[in-house]
Amino acid sequence: MDIGSTAILLARAQFAFTIGFHIILPAFSIGLANYLMVLEGLWLLTGRQVYMDVFQYWLKIFAVGFAMGVVSGLVMSYQFGTNWGAFADKAGPIVGPLMGYEVLTAFFLEAGFLGIMLFGRHRVGPYLHFAATCFVAIGTLISAFWILSANSWMQTPTGYKTSLDGRFLPDSWLHIIFNPSFPFRWVHMVIAAFLSVAFLVGAVGAYHLLRDRQNQAARTMFSMAMWMAAFVAPIQILAGDFHGLNTLEHQPAKVAALEGDWHAEPGQRLILLGWPNMGTEKTDFEVSIPHLGALILTHTWNGEIKGLADFPRDQRPPSPPIFVAFRVMVLLGVLMAAIGIAGLWKRYRGRLYYSNWLLRCMVIMGPAGFMALLSGWVVTEVGRQPYTVYGMLRTEESVSPIGLPGVATSLVAFAIVYFIVFGAGFFFLLRLMRHMPIVGEGGPPQGVPVRSAGLTPLPSLHPDPRHPTEPRPAE
Amino acid sequence: MILPLIWAALIAFAVLAYVLLDGFDLGIGILFVAEDRDEDRDVMVNSIAPVWDGNETWLVLGGGGLFAVFPLAYAVVMPALYPTIIGMLLALIFRGVAFEFRFRAITRRGRYWWDFAFCSGSILAALCQGLALGGLLQGVRVENRHYAGGWFDWLTAFTILCGIALVFGYALQGATWLIWRTEGRLQRRCRRYAGYLGVILLALIVIVSLWTPMLNPRFTDRWFSWPNILITSPVPILVALVALRFWNGLRRREEASPFLCAQAWFVLCYAGLGISLFPLMVPPSITIWDAAAPFESQIFLLIGAAILIPIILSYTAYSYWVFRGKVHPGVHYH
Ligand code: HDD
Ligand code: HEM
Ligand code: HEM
Repeated sequence: MDIGSTAILLARAQFAFTIGFHIILPAFSIGLANYLMVLEGLWLLTGRQVYMDVFQYWLKIFAVGFAMGVVSGLVMSYQFGTNWGAFADKAGPIVGPLMGYEVLTAFFLEAGFLGIMLFGRHRVGPYLHFAATCFVAIGTLISAFWILSANSWMQTPTGYKTSLDGRFLPDSWLHIIFNPSFPFRWVHMVIAAFLSVAFLVGAVGAYHLLRDRQNQAARTMFSMAMWMAAFVAPIQILAGDFHGLNTLEHQPAKVAALEGDWHAEPGQRLILLGWPNMGTEKTDFEVSIPHLGALILTHTWNGEIKGLADFPRDQRPPSPPIFVAFRVMVLLGVLMAAIGIAGLWKRYRGRLYYSNWLLRCMVIMGPAGFMALLSGWVVTEVGRQPYTVYGMLRTEESVSPIGLPGVATSLVAFAIVYFIVFGAGFFFLLRLMRHMPIVGEGGPPQGVPVRSAGLTPLPSLHPDPRHPTEPRPAE
Repeated sequence: MILPLIWAALIAFAVLAYVLLDGFDLGIGILFVAEDRDEDRDVMVNSIAPVWDGNETWLVLGGGGLFAVFPLAYAVVMPALYPTIIGMLLALIFRGVAFEFRFRAITRRGRYWWDFAFCSGSILAALCQGLALGGLLQGVRVENRHYAGGWFDWLTAFTILCGIALVFGYALQGATWLIWRTEGRLQRRCRRYAGYLGVILLALIVIVSLWTPMLNPRFTDRWFSWPNILITSPVPILVALVALRFWNGLRRREEASPFLCAQAWFVLCYAGLGISLFPLMVPPSITIWDAAAPFESQIFLLIGAAILIPIILSYTAYSYWVFRGKVHPGVHYH
């Protein structure tokens, strides 16, 4: 392998690494902001203290996650220039304005009202505060709208013409924004964010229920999460199926790679397990079910789809990571739906808060949503290879003229900084989630001087001295 | 051909908004060097906690906007200034998370480290921004739409001077912001810092201003030839007038005027930059028109910007209004 291609590999690794971190945090923000909006709405509607408690509990966590999301996102917006300069020059006229709209419609909205949402409770009335929460939540959805439109355009480009020097020029913005894969990707991604946070919230609720069955806030968290699992997880599976069919239409090589199919055959089998071998062009150690693949992808008994070997070698994405990641995602999706159904059953029996195994399963499944989400992105992005703009612009034609030492140095720097900063961040998040929700939960930090170390968590009915219950009114 | 001009003005506005707003945020981080009492540090951070995220978003607009409407400039400048940009991003990561993390650390030691991250992140970010600015000013070698210079082109005596100037400039903004938003001993100390920082900054402004025209004959011509000098000479005169007002304000213990004067200095220096560069986007060769994205891209985003930027400015102003007034120790502003 020559120096040039190693540099490309490192640039890709750097992008994958930084976006892999970033995607987790916005998903967290999208899901949590909307959850907070629901909680505050319920509180205004019913006046029940427990909704406010759960709101305050998660607001503290949201503040930490959001700060991490912002800084990791800032990195992304400069990476297209630093590492993917040729891509920026060629696709900038199309991808750039979409991200420009993201900044104008979403980031400012979120950032502008975040301060009020986090710290403004006693400076504006409850209704204005709720409005601020809504703006932040809506902002996250708008943000996902534009960035996924940009990403989907790279997957299924439409509405452009190419200039003589190989740049993409916008032709119809409507076709660019609403490109064929965008609606599917947006729906699937937003649901993914909701589910990921639902499972996190459910896991935290379950964790505390295992210690104190009577904790009202923990009950509320767990119960709400179980409703999400029961109804939204199956919807997500359906959405995934539609997404896959859409991909089959526009990126058949990706579907062949994620199925591990090498050759078209009537009544395509569904490969459950195995290891796609790029060299020998077959899937080793395969375990498969006849006709099921045809049934899922063509909805007919004897249908067939193109295999990976039907594509020229230099247009094939690397199958193994896609194959594995896809199975992880689907397995987790099915498990999530199964937990949801088990929850419905327990609820029907009136034992929702008392089933030890269900609570334990939920704790274990806490990170499942985020893992499924990352796997899904690996399928999507690695499956787009060897192109950045599918079928049009190859990855090796997209990079900046940055030498190997430069990319390697910055990759190492990013790795170190991310592990320190986000490692600490996840530690803080876990610690916040370990703290038992209490009645009269305090909001984000009150700026109190630090106390000495070694505070032990107090029983659920006593306010935690680290977070005084009610913020003293300002001024 | 008017569209690229409008966009150049808008991007310039976004970057200026960033410098004026995040400038005092970074300045507060820089002043952590001198302020080490927990209580004061809390007040300092709380004075900006509700607004820093919005302030930093102008940087995203600057970068994202450049990508959208001047993709060539973005594609050339980012690789040219690669280490400074990466350095800035890494520094801003530390600075940004420290806002939350410093309240989350339970032990004194943990808190100390996040305060250190806040402070050093702010300094490094300011330094890198100055280096990048200097690197851009002194020119970027471009061949065939690609950056064609070397690894360390951005590292010269001139760029280092720009970096240092920005660190002191932001520190001054931070100090004057605190004069405005705090009271008591912290405010008194900030008055003192502002005095020293004002002198240093003014000296640095003079040096950089004299040096810049020497970088490129174009710049000299722009500033000193007749009749240009009629338009350019008010800039240094205004800088001097603002300086008078600044020291008057400090002496008379005014609260808001030092901050406004510090901001005015930045605006004037920025105007000076514009005078030197226009109509270049990336000196010495790429003009605003060379770098522009196609008409369809520019007009599409301009429609949104024309509607949205006024709205953004108004809710940003609302948010500042909600959090107005002095920040008291202990009582969280939050
Ligand atoms: C909680 C997260 C989650 C869960 C449970 C699932 N997915 Fe998913 N999936 C995503 C989260 C996700 C994602 C992260 O949101 C992706 C990445 C890109 C995208 O649009 O959505 C994705 C992509 C993605 C793709 C790739 C589309 C493309 O690249 O063109 C397919 C085919 C599926 N999904 C299909 C499924 C199926 C059949 C599931 C059934 C169990 C499933 N997903 C569950
Ligand atoms: C599916 C992909 C993505 C989604 C859904 C998404 C969504 C979000 C959301 C909701 C936020 C604000 C919440 C938070 O900060 O935690 C955010 C922040 C950010 N994202 Fe992403 N993002 C995605 C990918 C990207 C990419 C590829 C880029 C780079 C171009 C990017 C750039 C940014 C930036 C710059 C911020 C910080 C904005 C601020 O200051 O508030 N994002 N993203
Ligand atoms: C607007 C949104 C996005 C854009 C414009 C974008 C663009 C790119 C580009 C330019 C590359 C480098 C070339 C390559 O190796 O493929 C890349 C790779 C990659 N991206 Fe994205 N991306 C986006 C969103 C995401 C998101 C949200 C994820 C989530 C994790 C993601 C995951 C990856 C991964 C894993 C790779 C590495 C693929 C490989 O090296 O084979 N991307 N993407």
